[in-house]
Amino acid sequence: MGVRTWIEGWPAYRQLAGPDPLGRGVAAESSGSRDLVARTEQADRVVRSICPYCAVGCGQRVYVKDEQVTQIEGDPDSPISRGRLCPKGSASKSLVTSPARVTKVRYRRPHGSEWEDLELDTAVDMIADRVVRTRRETWQDTDDEGRVLRRTMGIASLGGATLDNEENYLMKKLYTALGAIQVENQARI
Amino acid sequence: MAEAHPVGFQWVMEAKKRGATVIHVDPRFTRTSALADVYVSLRAGSDIAFLGGLVNYVLENELDFREYVVAYTNAAAILREDYQGPDDLDGLFSGYDPDGRHYDSTTWQYEGADTPSPGSGEMTETEPAQGAGGDPSASRVGGAAGRAASYGDTHGSGGAAITGKPRRDETLQHPRCVYQVIKRHFARYTPEVVSQVCGVPEDQFLRVAREMTENSGRERTTALCYAVGWTHHSVGAQYIRTAAILQALLGNIGRPGGGILALRGHASIQGSTDIPTLFNLLPGYIPMPHANAHPDLESLVGDEEKQAGFWGNMRSYVVSLLKSWYGDAATADNDFCYGWLPRLTGNHGTYQTVADMADGKVKGYFLVGENPAVGSANAKMQRRGLASLDWLVVRDLVMIESATFWREAPEIETGEMRTEDIATEVFVLPAAAHTEKDGTFTNTQRLLQWHHKAVEPPDDARSDLWFYFHLGRRIREKLAGSTDERDAPLLNLTWDYPTDGPTADPSADAVLREINGTGPDGSALSAYTELKADGSTRSGCWIYCGVYADEANQAARRKPGQEQTWVAPEWGWAWPANRRMLYNRAAADRDGNPWSERKRYVWWDAKAGKWTGEDVPDFIPDRDPHYVPPESATGPDAIAGDDPFVMQTDGKAWLFAPQGVADGPLPTHYEPPESPVANPLYRQQQNPAREVYPRRDNLLHPSGAQPGSEVFPYVFTTYRVTEHHTAGGMSRTLPYLSELQPELFVEISPALADERKLQHLGWATVVTARTAIEARVLVTDRMRPLTVDGRTVHQVGIPWHWGPGGLSRGDAANDLVAVALDPNVHIQDKVGSCDIRPGRRPRGPALLEYVEEYRRRAGITELTGTEGVTP
Repeated sequence: MGVRTWIEGWPAYRQLAGPDPLGRGVAAESSGSRDLVARTEQADRVVRSICPYCAVGCGQRVYVKDEQVTQIEGDPDSPISRGRLCPKGSASKSLVTSPARVTKVRYRRPHGSEWEDLELDTAVDMIADRVVRTRRETWQDTDDEGRVLRRTMGIASLGGATLDNEENYLMKKLYTALGAIQVENQARI
Repeated sequence: MAEAHPVGFQWVMEAKKRGATVIHVDPRFTRTSALADVYVSLRAGSDIAFLGGLVNYVLENELDFREYVVAYTNAAAILREDYQGPDDLDGLFSGYDPDGRHYDSTTWQYEGADTPSPGSGEMTETEPAQGAGGDPSASRVGGAAGRAASYGDTHGSGGAAITGKPRRDETLQHPRCVYQVIKRHFARYTPEVVSQVCGVPEDQFLRVAREMTENSGRERTTALCYAVGWTHHSVGAQYIRTAAILQALLGNIGRPGGGILALRGHASIQGSTDIPTLFNLLPGYIPMPHANAHPDLESLVGDEEKQAGFWGNMRSYVVSLLKSWYGDAATADNDFCYGWLPRLTGNHGTYQTVADMADGKVKGYFLVGENPAVGSANAKMQRRGLASLDWLVVRDLVMIESATFWREAPEIETGEMRTEDIATEVFVLPAAAHTEKDGTFTNTQRLLQWHHKAVEPPDDARSDLWFYFHLGRRIREKLAGSTDERDAPLLNLTWDYPTDGPTADPSADAVLREINGTGPDGSALSAYTELKADGSTRSGCWIYCGVYADEANQAARRKPGQEQTWVAPEWGWAWPANRRMLYNRAAADRDGNPWSERKRYVWWDAKAGKWTGEDVPDFIPDRDPHYVPPESATGPDAIAGDDPFVMQTDGKAWLFAPQGVADGPLPTHYEPPESPVANPLYRQQQNPAREVYPRRDNLLHPSGAQPGSEVFPYVFTTYRVTEHHTAGGMSRTLPYLSELQPELFVEISPALADERKLQHLGWATVVTARTAIEARVLVTDRMRPLTVDGRTVHQVGIPWHWGPGGLSRGDAANDLVAVALDPNVHIQDKVGSCDIRPGRRPRGPALLEYVEEYRRRAGITELTGTEGVTP
């Protein structure tokens, strides 16, 4: 390290000699902070998304590094939100990366007092069995006066309104083919 | 709006910067009030009186936009002679059936109309046991009220059908023309009465009336924005009706800067209605078939075909949907498999279902991103329902109270439930976050926006698309080879979506393309007007047809807003037809010219012979504004050149609704299902057609002058805060948001704090006949005591996000709320009466005794507060 570099390493010198006489910018910057790079700069890719909270539909930019979400920012291109996010939208990175997320299937057997592990494949198969069985046991072909009903009143569903249109579509399609009519959504609540 | 839709509120602030006056009317003072020019505090549940007062002010002073009103509303239509309203019948409309608790709408019709009335017996309840519990009166009440209503809400976006166009008096002088009828109806809502009912000072009300009327007309428009708290009332649909009457009279519909803007609360709640996971609808607001009325396809679509407007083409929408679902199996010879659709027999809404669940009638339940143990009214009844199931599937991002009820429900602590007694088998399947899947949300302005998958979901987490696709695939495999006729719809279902990636996630893009629809050659259609009734086209949701036009995902368009016009038509895709404002033909006058230069939006280009403007015109592109259809015309052919409301069968905005509303052709003020105030207007206390469930687990309070009402002397209402989201699953688990709003609180005025000796930051217990909850006390001037009908009324404000789980915890406000529903849409009333006392609530079984003591003092039985006609 030369003397000149050494002297320039002093914040006080930089404050007096440089463009930052108040010492609140570059003069006070350490090499550590100078080397910091924003996560948004380091991302491998930026993916366009939409905020999952309220129905304003603010644009989001999702920053991904090493196949992990590292930051979510408002999308300035959106004519709806012009880059802004509210406190909830700003917390969406914390939502999708939250340690509170359940990532493994949990199972509670009838009368059980603890959660148990279950393979995802097994769980879906068990659920399919229960749907088929309950449908068979509660099927109504006609009412007392012979009018067609073709349905089960034994199976019901309540969806949140953060479901994608495509998801709602498959749900309605499958439930209707099953004859399940008690299919509802937050939209009624 | 600043509180619950902060980023949307930036546009209100832009308008304010340009000189707009911002008026905020709300029982609580919020961040919106802080930024408004005028803040009006009113009593929760009194909005119809306030809006009715504005309607009266407009009519009394003849401040309506007369040219618009005559041309584009049904003001000139002449009604029958035997219609009677609340002035004649002490708070009822003509046609009320006190036994069935519903209305027959025959007397509400236009003169000479021969419309069959859905309330008159065409639909009869076929399931006497469909109501609630062992109490026979319960089933009668729940079932019968549901009957007319479930028909009412199946009209979807088109409103009810009426046959033919009514006789009109365009001078508006005929004593039975709609204009004169509504003028008499709303005359009751004078500034004095508004003040008496709402607790709003007269001069403040008059300022709002002046601001609104002076800012409406040819040169100016006023917008009404509401968050869906407006719908959370036993008269919720009539709140919106009152707003619609006001805006139609002022010429504020279909014009830039006008409208009634519903600020919905969830990313795709609009989409969940368009492609409904709702019992009464098929995609695109097509009614689910009813066992009585719709035995075949003809009966579902036949009547509609005879009507004017775009619902006249309903057969093509339904056939294209059935083709989309049942593919080659659906042919003209088999009614396109219409017979495979299950049938309704009444109200099968979520509250009816949960009542049935609590009674052991429902065996299996899927909760998909929904937390009713906290988020639905009478959450205690919800938890009883969950504990009565055979099996429950919960799909969510985090452990929610609806998954853990079997060991963490408050009823475990009180001893009402024991974990080992609960037989419910619970599967918790982790869901993928929005960043982990492709798909579209439809925002509150009908705009579909595609979100791209950024990363794979962790471990067992999967999209709901994955779950339903693979569940359906397995069920089909298990039933393969079945010759049972009931399995035919499953085995013939088109269910062959391409999958992708390590988890075999189905392609959301392929599903969106199916929703859009395809033509005879298999290529994507570009508009719903291309749909055919002969089975040659397919479309999973006709109103979304065009979202995949030109084989491109139009919802994924992201041309920067700054590079577009102010309408920004190349960002996402709005249904229908990428139209950003509905009914925009009304932005031009009868001759097709803009009402004013200032407010030009869509107009008739006579030279080119077509409609043009800033937006996609909401009209037949080349229909001359002076076109008069022949008498025999139906469907779109019957739309006259000056009929801007193209989904209505008469092309006009309905000031008076001759059909389709379950609880009256006009809005009128009723008190909430529970209220310490006797209705100041007439004997009828509550909406006589509201749906109630007289059950031990859903007790209501006496109201008004009834003995026992004084036990619950205060009004409570629930609401949101900026930092939390709905039932909390997406916010109470996050550290930043939990730090910003760390626990449940109640907002009260200093006067109420004084009256009940409540300490700021101390504890309070809020009690209803359902249960008692505890919360921190926030004493604030933001809550104001109101003078209502000569006495002081205190209000208690409770945010409803909390539950016992997560980082930020508290009792659930919905434990206090009773189930009493709007008869049109079966949505709960969030306003009730309560008591509030200092200190924490009792623990364990002592809580039950504490609440029981209140019930005893108030003399409450299962029938309290459930009367139809007020005795």
